[in-house]
Amino acid sequence: MKKLESKKRYVLPGDFITTAPLRLQDNVVLEGKRVISTTIGLSDVSADSVRVISLNGIYMPKIDDLVIGTIQSIFGNSWFADINSCYQGMLLGQDVFGRGSYPTTSEMKERLDKGDIIFARIANSDRQREPLISIADKNLGKIDSGELIKIPPTKIPRLIGKHGSMIQTIEASTNATITVGQNGFIVVSCDETNGLLKALAAIRMIDEQAHLVDLTDKVKKMLEFNGV
Amino acid sequence: MGGRETDVVLLDENGIRSDGRKVNETRKVTIKVGVLKNADGSAYIEFGGNKILAGVFGPRDVHPKHMSNPDTGILRVRYHMEPFSVSERKNPAPSRREIEISKVLKEALEPAVILEKFPRTAIDVYLEVLQADGGTRCAALDAASVALADAGIPMRDMVCSCAAGKAADALILDVNNEEDQAGQADMPIGYMPNLGKITLLQLDGVLTTDEFKKCIELGIEGCKQVYEIQKNALREKYFSSGDNN
Repeated sequence: MKKLESKKRYVLPGDFITTAPLRLQDNVVLEGKRVISTTIGLSDVSADSVRVISLNGIYMPKIDDLVIGTIQSIFGNSWFADINSCYQGMLLGQDVFGRGSYPTTSEMKERLDKGDIIFARIANSDRQREPLISIADKNLGKIDSGELIKIPPTKIPRLIGKHGSMIQTIEASTNATITVGQNGFIVVSCDETNGLLKALAAIRMIDEQAHLVDLTDKVKKMLEFNGV
Repeated sequence: MGGRETDVVLLDENGIRSDGRKVNETRKVTIKVGVLKNADGSAYIEFGGNKILAGVFGPRDVHPKHMSNPDTGILRVRYHMEPFSVSERKNPAPSRREIEISKVLKEALEPAVILEKFPRTAIDVYLEVLQADGGTRCAALDAASVALADAGIPMRDMVCSCAAGKAADALILDVNNEEDQAGQADMPIGYMPNLGKITLLQLDGVLTTDEFKKCIELGIEGCKQVYEIQKNALREKYFSSGDNN
C-alpha cells in the first residue's frame, strides 16, 4: 500500500488519494481523514505533502508569478490587463509613474495603450480585490515585438522542462527569444522568419503532446528535421 | 404519472419491462467528453433515448454585476429542451418545469463544486436536451458533472444520477418515458459516490416507507453504475495514452 501511494497516479475529482496526515497542497481537500482529489490530474504524494498536478483548468494568480498580459482598459488611475484568468490584472498608475503621481488618462495612454502587451509580476492577489500586477522590476515592462500565443497554463511546466531544458533547446536551435508567462501567454520573437515559425511549431507541438513521454527528444528531432 | 391507463405492458410475467430490461437494469449509457470547442468544458450523454449536450463556461465575470457574491463564486444552471426534443413541438421559451429543473440541478451540483475558490465569479452550466425519453433531469445532471470536471473546475466529488421508481407494483431502476407516464412512482436521485451523500431527491407518486427505503438503495446502485461510465469517459479523454492506474 505504501509503495502504491508514493507513485504518481491518475485521479479524477472525488478520488481517494491517501489517509496519511500530510500537508495539503494544490487541488486536494480533506474529507474526514481522507485526502481527496478535486480535479483531473496526477496525484503526487511526497514525504511530507500531497498534491494533484492538474491537467486542465484556468490560471489562478499567485503572488510573484511572472505573467504576460494584454491591456484591456484604462480606468481611473489604473490599467486593467487580461491575464488569462477569471480576474483582470490591475496595474496602478503609481507603479509606472512613481509614488504620489496622478497621471492623466492621456499620459497613461501614451505609456501603455489598449492592446499593448506587458510582462508583469503578480504583486498581490487576495480574495477581496482584482490581482495587483507590477512592471517595476528589471526585465519587466512593455513587450514591443514578437508573436503572442496562448497555451493552457497547466502545460507551461512542460514547455519550460526540467531546469529549463525544453525552452533552452528551442531557443538554441531557432535563435528565438521566448518569454513565458505562468498564465499560459507566451511571446516569441525572432529576427528570422524561419526561426520564428519553427519555434511556434515547437510550442504547438508541446501543447498537443504535453501528456506524452520523451517530449524533449521529439521536439529536438522536429527542430532538426525542419532545419535540414 | 399517477397510473394513467395504457396499452403498454409495463412488466410481463417473466419480470421483463416494456423495453426488454430487467427490473434492476439501467438503459444503455454512453458519455463523450469535450465535444464543444468553444466551451471550457463539455459533455454529450446518451441515456437510453435521451440525448443531452452540456456546456460549462467559467469561472468568469458575472453579468449582471449585482448577482456576484464577494465571498464566493456562483453557479448558474440552465436546463432547456429543444423544440424538437419531444414528439409534439415544445415552445422554446423556458417553461415552469424547465425553471424548476434548472433550480434543482443547480442545488444538486452546488455541494460538489468548490465555489469558494472563485469569489466574484460565475460558473455557467448549459444543458440542452436534444431528445427526451424520460429521466432527462438525471441524464442532464450526469452530463453536467462530467462537463464541470472537463472544465477543470475543482469539485469535492463527481455527481452521478439515476432514477428509481415503481411500475406495475414492482420497484424498478431507471424509469423510462412509458413507465414515467403510466407507472406509480418516479424518484430521481443525485448522488456523490465517494462521499456517500445524496444531492438530489425528488419523488413523484406514492410509496410506502419500506418501498421508499428500498427505492433509494436501488437508485444509488444505479448511480454507481453511471459513475463508472462517467469515470471511463473522462479517463478516455485525459489518460488514454498510458494507463498507470
